[in-house]
Amino acid sequence: MNGIGQAFGEALGLLLSGDRALWEIVGVSFSVSLRAILIATPPALVVAYLLAWHRFPGQRLLVSLFETLLALPAVVVGLTVYLLLSRRGPLGELGWLFTQPAMIIGQIILAFPILVAMAHAAFRALDPHALETARTLGAGALRGFATLSREAQFGLGAAVVAAFGRIIAEVGSSMMVGGNILHYTRNIPTAIALETSKGSFAQGIALGLVLLVLSLGLNLALGWFRTREAVTP
Amino acid sequence: MIHRALSVFLLSALIGLCVPAASAAAPLRLATTTSTQNSGLLDHLLPAFHQATGIEVHVIAVGTGRALRLGAAGDVDVVLVHAPDAEARFVASGDGTRRYPVMKNAFLLLGPPRDPAGLRQATDAADALRRIAAARAPFVSRGDDSGTHKKEKSLWQAAGIQPGGPWYVEAGQGMGKVLQMADELGAYTLTDRGTWLAYRDRIGLVPLVSGDPRLDNPYAIIPVNPRRHPHVNYPAAMAFVKWLRSPEGQGRIADYRLHGEQAFTPTAVRLAR
Repeated sequence: MNGIGQAFGEALGLLLSGDRALWEIVGVSFSVSLRAILIATPPALVVAYLLAWHRFPGQRLLVSLFETLLALPAVVVGLTVYLLLSRRGPLGELGWLFTQPAMIIGQIILAFPILVAMAHAAFRALDPHALETARTLGAGALRGFATLSREAQFGLGAAVVAAFGRIIAEVGSSMMVGGNILHYTRNIPTAIALETSKGSFAQGIALGLVLLVLSLGLNLALGWFRTREAVTP
Repeated sequence: MIHRALSVFLLSALIGLCVPAASAAAPLRLATTTSTQNSGLLDHLLPAFHQATGIEVHVIAVGTGRALRLGAAGDVDVVLVHAPDAEARFVASGDGTRRYPVMKNAFLLLGPPRDPAGLRQATDAADALRRIAAARAPFVSRGDDSGTHKKEKSLWQAAGIQPGGPWYVEAGQGMGKVLQMADELGAYTLTDRGTWLAYRDRIGLVPLVSGDPRLDNPYAIIPVNPRRHPHVNYPAAMAFVKWLRSPEGQGRIADYRLHGEQAFTPTAVRLAR
């Protein structure tokens, strides 16, 4: 069909000409998802570490809970955050519905189980003597965490990359709690949804290409982390 | 209570750290219909309003039903919608201050050019729907409680038909998406004229029924009541109401052309031109 080829050509034109509206949307996506991953990662790593190296009641249950939450649908997260942040919800006084912070909260919730589950696996894969060694060398809880994190750095890096890949591409939560506001909460996935509904496919394809290139890059990074993880003794 | 205050505090501290300082003037949150956004009208109006007042407008484009619910919950400052009955209830319940008419256009019944149900012979909109139901010809409904959906339901009621069955497709999508679906399915659908003008070049559907007074489509703007929701940006909402109804705003609405045709008719002031 001629239409697809034409839209594809226009899309490449938009990308290469540095179309401002397009790159602004890309900027919103990165700004929101990077902040979400920055906030989510430290507590998620601590939780993963505790789950991997400390015995406490309910631990196995928590691990399977996080593994279940891996499949958490973005729209369910969106609905939950929406209900919390609506003026009629418990956190309504913040006035955060249809703002970037609302999108960040949704993405944190989506990223957290991925970070915990993958980081937990990375910690578990370490030599069980590593922590004991660290402890005998006089390391406290914090030092122990730091030492093991360094040991597991490639696995943890893979967790961060995978979580980032999930949240930058999710549309359900961002659309619901961000509201798809131009110049503010319109990110790559919500813009693609809107442009498709408007029937102007060129911008949708251009943004789709950005996402594709991005996920290719993320997957290469993931592969690199995996090979490094495999060769690390 | 303490719990709640604490969680609010913690959350704001956490995210506040990572959020750049908000711009000086609070933006105006406008909940409106997909028809005003998909037709391109807002892109034509809002930059001029921003230039005139310095107020930035955050547009949340949903159906009229949801826009009114967002207003009732206090999640937006002002609504621009098209469902007079629902608007009257919104004001009567105290959620909105007052209904200000802004503009109008018309609804059209679209269908495939070969017109299997014979809508070209219909005497009015209700008769047209009866013909669609009798022929069991596919019809795509918005199905999203939008102003267009409310209008469609009232037309079915006027036709004395309870639509249902495999020929009646409830899409649950915005106007633009529904036009595309109806086009792909070779189905009939009800649309506002503005969105149809914006899509005319991209779809093969043609207007078959128009001009029935029942197909009038008036738009109004309603500020959310600051007495019910003290946090709403009422001054900005009123500034937007005044600007939209001023000769400048009304002139810009009248000026908006889609493929050379006027898409909306201003209704707030009589324009001397």
